[in-house]
Amino acid sequence: MGDTAGMAVPHFMASGMGGIRSAGDLVARMEYSKNMKVGKAKDYVAKKLGISTLDIADEYIMRELREELKIGTVTGLPGAPRGIAAKMNIEKLLDIKINSCEKFRGMLR
Amino acid sequence: MADIYTRMGDGKRVTMTKQQILDDMQAGTADAADMAGVPILDANELDKLLDIIADKNRIVGVEPGNEVVLTYDIGQLDFTGDNGNSGNGVDMGRLEAALLHERALGADTFELAHADYSIKPVKPVISNEMQTMEEIQNEIVIPYFYGAMPNMGLYYAPDGPYSNPADLMREFKIEESMAASEAAAEHLARDIEFVGTKIIAAGADGFNFDTTASAGDADCVGTFKGVEALRKACPDAYINVGMAGESVMGIHGMIEYDGQVVAGLYPHQQCKLAEKAGANVFGAVVNTNTSRSLAWNLARSVTFVKECVKESNIPVHVNMGMGVGGIPMCETAPNDAVTRCNKAMVEIAKVDGV
Repeated sequence: MGDTAGMAVPHFMASGMGGIRSAGDLVARMEYSKNMKVGKAKDYVAKKLGISTLDIADEYIMRELREELKIGTVTGLPGAPRGIAAKMNIEKLLDIKINSCEKFRGMLR
Repeated sequence: MADIYTRMGDGKRVTMTKQQILDDMQAGTADAADMAGVPILDANELDKLLDIIADKNRIVGVEPGNEVVLTYDIGQLDFTGDNGNSGNGVDMGRLEAALLHERALGADTFELAHADYSIKPVKPVISNEMQTMEEIQNEIVIPYFYGAMPNMGLYYAPDGPYSNPADLMREFKIEESMAASEAAAEHLARDIEFVGTKIIAAGADGFNFDTTASAGDADCVGTFKGVEALRKACPDAYINVGMAGESVMGIHGMIEYDGQVVAGLYPHQQCKLAEKAGANVFGAVVNTNTSRSLAWNLARSVTFVKECVKESNIPVHVNMGMGVGGIPMCETAPNDAVTRCNKAMVEIAKVDGV
């Protein structure tokens, strides 16, 4: 689907979790890695984060929490982990393995 | 009763009365129920759908707490592609496009895509795709897939090595036509395994199969067999199987997957086979009829997808691009229509993602 202003933006505004603005990437990882339906995936992520399922989609709460947990922030923050480093912290948080982190570790001597 | 601004399936704005919208919703849900043998929407669901469609606000959204996960097709081509993909025609790198989606557009997941967005043309450039995947994975945080269409039509003459089944059927060479479809399906499955295992080896979180069965039932079987092989080779890969339509076209007519004839299967049946093949998430699709209203199309789509969500053991991410999921079939889908379809799919069909 193209037309970003007609697809990506309105879908995000209507029902999207917002990715790393909140905890959308974490819920997505549980849906895909464990075949969890959205309610169960949200429960799992909320429990790991120690907040409610309502709060995991709240960017006000998640902005600070993501910085504190070093799992990637949506705004540019010098020194904050992103990419592989942030995903390695997500692995520990969610108790899952992430393929790119496994490949990265495999490249180390 | 005041007229309500709404849309036709081609995107044109029209006004309808509340009764006209209700009549179209009832006809739409009845059409889906009749085709797929699934229940119609009940009175409460129709009431809720009417409220969503008739909402006076330009944009609508789900209640807090009802948010879902978003997945995407065509990757960066939404920025870089031409109008054939409703692309913006803005040339840019694939890394920048991925990070813009992650950090500026609220994407929960995203994907890397080849300009032709099909499995077959990726094969000769797989090393290029692998190094780009490795580079972007170093920087991105959200789950990042590789996406492509199985697009089995590319395996038939004049583009591919197999005779075109439609041409053979015109010559009454039915058995030859079926054999060509079967051979192409096996070839497609081998290519999916090759491209899929290579890109997962480069660190991709998973693979998004977009418009499965676009070339009919053999395309569907070839894709499922490819998914099966990919799942065996990469047990932890995230696999998303999205379809091309609400019903699998029976171009072969008798080809089976796991002992099941796939021609004529509807979303609540397709999802079972996708799960058996190894998918983690199923992408249900319902095509839009451009001659019907948004009310008719959306009620019909929600009816198919609601039953699919109910029957599926794996999460269901409904396809909601131009011309699917009740959304009008036009290059620039109106935001009022898109957000109404989105809310209805999340809050009535109860999808796990869009």
